[in-house]
Amino acid sequence: MSWEDDWLSGEDEEGLEVAASFRPVPGGAAAFFEEAQAGVIRYLVSQLAELVSADSTAADAGIDSGDLEAQLGLSSHAQLPDDPVLARLLPDGYADDPAASAEFRRYTEETLRSDKIASAQAVLSSLPPGGGQVRLSEPECQQWLKALNDVRLALSVRLGITEDNEDLSERLSADDPRAAYVWIYQWLAYLQESLVESLS
Amino acid sequence: MGVAPVEVEQPTTGRDAALDAPWVTVVWNDPVNLMNYVTYVFQKVFGYPKAKAEKLMLDVHHRGKAVVSSGTREAMERDAEVLHGYGLWATVSHES
Repeated sequence: MSWEDDWLSGEDEEGLEVAASFRPVPGGAAAFFEEAQAGVIRYLVSQLAELVSADSTAADAGIDSGDLEAQLGLSSHAQLPDDPVLARLLPDGYADDPAASAEFRRYTEETLRSDKIASAQAVLSSLPPGGGQVRLSEPECQQWLKALNDVRLALSVRLGITEDNEDLSERLSADDPRAAYVWIYQWLAYLQESLVESLS
Repeated sequence: MGVAPVEVEQPTTGRDAALDAPWVTVVWNDPVNLMNYVTYVFQKVFGYPKAKAEKLMLDVHHRGKAVVSSGTREAMERDAEVLHGYGLWATVSHES
């Protein structure tokens, strides 16, 4: 059974009622995750890491190839990625100056990708696949915040969320496969918010 | 002796900084980033007090964008890079 089966079968409503949220503990934050909840987060975060690492310069060229750009952490990319999710995760640095944006991207994109992958990996290594109690240090909280935010950004692009406080559940019919993701999107917002509050 | 003219006494670095200052980092509104998260990021990245961070967040939210820092072009590019790391939509521009 994949997490999708669990979440799409209707049992997920129960999961949302006891939606995991973070609470402050000395030196960081803690939360309890059901197995299905851990599965959802791990699945989405893995997908994100895969997407972000897919066409990175470092992955393309490899360190062994002697590619100087990759070794220096420079990106060979000069343009906004075609994939709208990647475009949102790796945005332009200038609103109306393509040449400056290209130069900015060349020097920052690889670092940004590595940072996002590291945050995703931090979530994967601190969240057991079977769920359970998760206790995070402050640096881990930072990485969770970034990864949860990236996942929500990615979902928002796929779900077509364009307005603040848009009630997607009204726009999508119940049998729309994206409906399950709307729940997940909202739950992740709740979870992220609780993590910010735990740190404040 | 009289007081030297202000123009002579004024450190040139002050004027250089003023000349370099027109670069700014702008954060754009988006429907995804949570209000408390954006406030938190402004506090964390810029060390702004909560009240200032909250005001900037509300400016972004209500006006569609806000200038969150100003300084040299290099410094603004670093700010934009850090904000991109947090998933905020930031750009560098030359203040007009």
